[in-house]
Order: sequence, then structure tokens, then C-alpha cells
Amino acid sequence: MSSAAVVPKKRMSPRKRAALARYIQYAILVLLVVVVALIADWGEIRRAFLDLDIASQLFPDVIVIALKNTIIYTACGFAFGLALGLVLALMRLSSVGPYRWIATGVIELFRGLPALVVFLVLGLGLSLAFGVQLSNLSTVTLALGLVGGAYMAETIRAGIQAVPKGQYEAARTLGMTHTRAMVTIVLPQAFRVILPPLTNELILLTKDSSLVYILGLSLDEYELTAFGRENMNANANLTPMVTIALCYLLITVPLSIVVRRMEAKSGKAR
Amino acid sequence: MTQTTSDRGAAAIDVQQLHKYFGDNEVLKGIDFHIGRGEVVCVIGPSGSGKSTLLRCVNMLEEPTSGTILVEGEEITDPDADVDALRARIGMVFQQFNLFPHMTVLRNLTVAQEKVLKRGRAEATKTARANLEKVGLSDKADAYPAHLSGGQQQRVAIARALSMNPDMMLFDEPTSALDPELVGDVLAVMKDLAAEGMTMMVVTHEMNFAREVADKVVFMDGGVIVEEGLPADVLGNPQHERTQAFLSRVL
Repeated sequence: MSSAAVVPKKRMSPRKRAALARYIQYAILVLLVVVVALIADWGEIRRAFLDLDIASQLFPDVIVIALKNTIIYTACGFAFGLALGLVLALMRLSSVGPYRWIATGVIELFRGLPALVVFLVLGLGLSLAFGVQLSNLSTVTLALGLVGGAYMAETIRAGIQAVPKGQYEAARTLGMTHTRAMVTIVLPQAFRVILPPLTNELILLTKDSSLVYILGLSLDEYELTAFGRENMNANANLTPMVTIALCYLLITVPLSIVVRRMEAKSGKAR
Repeated sequence: MTQTTSDRGAAAIDVQQLHKYFGDNEVLKGIDFHIGRGEVVCVIGPSGSGKSTLLRCVNMLEEPTSGTILVEGEEITDPDADVDALRARIGMVFQQFNLFPHMTVLRNLTVAQEKVLKRGRAEATKTARANLEKVGLSDKADAYPAHLSGGQQQRVAIARALSMNPDMMLFDEPTSALDPELVGDVLAVMKDLAAEGMTMMVVTHEMNFAREVADKVVFMDGGVIVEEGLPADVLGNPQHERTQAFLSRVL
């Protein structure tokens, strides 16, 4: 501060310049909002997206059928995917060569394929090839599980590898078997680390469950997207889509909040 | 059991012609090593001399390339040996403590008692509390490891190993990761343990501990045992040039 009396600068200080830039950004933002608000046809928007009469017709089916089915499909797919992912992750880390190769193959295959292709192959291909007719729920569970499991396997593997080797060694030193050491010592610590990415996967699966429409659903099997499309076409109106969008957020936003809570808590315990 | 055990009936640890390779690198070059029941043996030597590897071979954390290791007369290197059961009888303390961070101190001490020794919750808890008291940390039973100092964590780790009622204890540089002012508490616990007659194999850089507590000091360098004997001899009057050079650097 003692050198404040040196040559007075003509140029703005970096801090002042940054502040000015920020004000300009705010101004542009406000301007954009105003322009959009002025040119938008509010009456038309309201009619197309927020028709309360149509919205009220959607209830209670949107909840008791569509939302319920989305949750069921997602939960089944996630449960199977988590189990599969755990098995694949442990196979990837196995000292037995063939286990590693098989796991790598399965992971690469189902990570590389679009979920839609997996749905089609399982839903239509299996019955053609083997004459087995799976229920839609089984197909969703399998398809979402395979796709989700392939992703989760890599996440779980990373989580296991993030647990220091000394933890496993200490467990083995106390006389625990390999399996006991993994179950009691390593995996609980690994899952704490991978809770956020796993929840992310759950959110992705929630959205992927919409692909079930490709299988052809009966009315009581509709999940949110199929339900929304059906009602959108019937009414020639987008209100059903807005409704189901809110329903999706009803699932995903609380999940994010729960994870943030858990992260904060485990951060404290460490 | 093999014939070799009969004339070494009192051996707690008996290592014969142990070789260990990591890839092409021969880390242990034919080690013969012996610890009697109730003996305290300190293994010293420069880093990379193979002393930690030797210790980790005793409970098969590292698999020997060749050679035999007998623990309480049972051959742990035998392919048919129940390594898990033998390990439960060998306590081990690590440089990095390796407490289980997701469990309380008490649970750290009881989990293996219950899962491995099949002790009931009440008995396991009783043993755990007795051992916590022994290391002076009774008041920390419900704390998580992260809330303890390094010295406290290491004492908990010792209590955890003791809770399995082991026949012997292996220490792998137990004080090397500690702040200097915390070393004393851990060494005090180890001294008490030695005084109780516990068989101990200690890889350490604490020369004073070796001098005061050890029955035998083993100096290793370059994957071989260069010199071994009474602490006063090995530390006070080393015969071998390499021992002299090492001690002149650390003392």
C-alpha cells in the first residue's frame, strides 16, 4: 500500500474490469428474458403446454399406472444391474484369467450398444431364436440390468480399487477369508465412494426405462413416456408431456438430494 | 509333521531357505531364520533390504517363491495348509495402521473375533475392552479411527491384533509413520507386551527399542541376513562391515 502513490494508472484494474464484464452479462441476460417474454404468444403457450382441463383428466392414471410402472421398471432393472455389476466387477478383479476375459467382453458389449438395440434383441430376438416369450417386465429388467450393470461394473471396480490395499491385508491378517474380507471390509468402503455415480446410473436408468415402449405395451403396462405420448396424440396437446416431465423430476430430484445428504454424512464420519 | 520340526520344538517361527522374487528381482536370497517361543526379535537394515518382505512372508501376505516356513510347528507354506486359520493365530501390526475407517474402534476389535473365531458379541466385546484398557484407550471405544491421533490408531491396531489372542505378533515398522512425539506411547505398549512373554518379530528403525527389548537382533541387507545375535553384540560391536556402515548412519 505504501507504493500507492506511484504513477496513476489510466487502465482499469483487473478487478474492476471483471466487475464491469459481469454487469454486461447480467444486462444481456435481462434483455434476452424481456425479448422472449414480449415475442412469445403466452395464450398459445398456455393452451399447448398447460391446459388444466387436459391435465386434470390425466389423474389419477398418470400416478397409479404410469409413475408406478416407471418406478417398478427402473427398480427391477437397477436391482438386477447392481447385482450383475458387482459380479462383473469382482470377475474383472479376479486372478482367474477366463473370469476377467468374460467380464471384459460382457462389459464392452453392453456398454457399446444403444439401450434400444438391447431392448429389441431381448424383446423380439429371444422369442425368435429360442421360442421363449418373456413378459415385458422381465425384458425390461434384463435389458436395463445388462446395460446398467455394464456401466456399474466399471464404477464398482474403481470403487473397490480405491480402497487401500492395506484394508484387505489387515482383514486377511485377522484370519478372514477372501470373501469375508471383501464383504465386511472392502465393499462397504467401496460403496461409500461410489454412491454418487451409482445414483447417477439410477437416474439414467429411470430415463432409459422409457424405451420399453418398443415392446408394445398394454394399457396397464404404460410407463410415463408411453402414457404421455398416448395422451399427447389423443388430445393433440403437449400438456401430458409437461405433466410426465414433472413426474420424472419427482423421481430424480429427491434422489439427488438424498445422495447429497449421504455424502455430507459420510464426509463427517471420515 | 516333517522331521525338521522335532529338533526345533520350541520354534515359534522357523524359516528355511526362503527365496522370494518380484518378477526377476530376487528380494530374499535364501533366508534361514528362527524365533523361539517368547522371544523378541528385531529385524533391522536399510530400506530395500527385504526385511518387510521377510515379515510379510511369515503370514503369507507375500507368497514365497521357494522355501518353507513353519509357524508353531505347522508348515504355512504347505499347499494344503489352512492359511486363514494360521493367520488368525498371528497378529500383525502395519506401518499404516490399517484400521477399518467405517467401523468404531470397538467394532474394529470385535469384528474378526465374531466372524473368524465365532465368538459371541458379549465375549468379543469383553475381550476388546480388556485389550483397549491394556493400550490405554478405554475411553475411545466408540470413536471412529479418523478422530484418533496416529499413535492412538497404532495402539488400537495392536489391541485389535491382541483381541484374536494370537500366539505371536508381527510388527512391520510400527512407528515409522508416526510423529516423533507419538512414538513413545506405541513403544511402551510393545515393551509391556514383550514383558508379558509375547513372541514378537519387529521390523524397526528404533535402535533403542531393539537394544532394550530384543532378545536377538537380525541385520539384513541385500536380501540376506548379514549378521544376527544379541543386541549388545550386533548393535554394540558389529562384526560385519555392512552392519558397521549401516549403524554408523542411523545411530
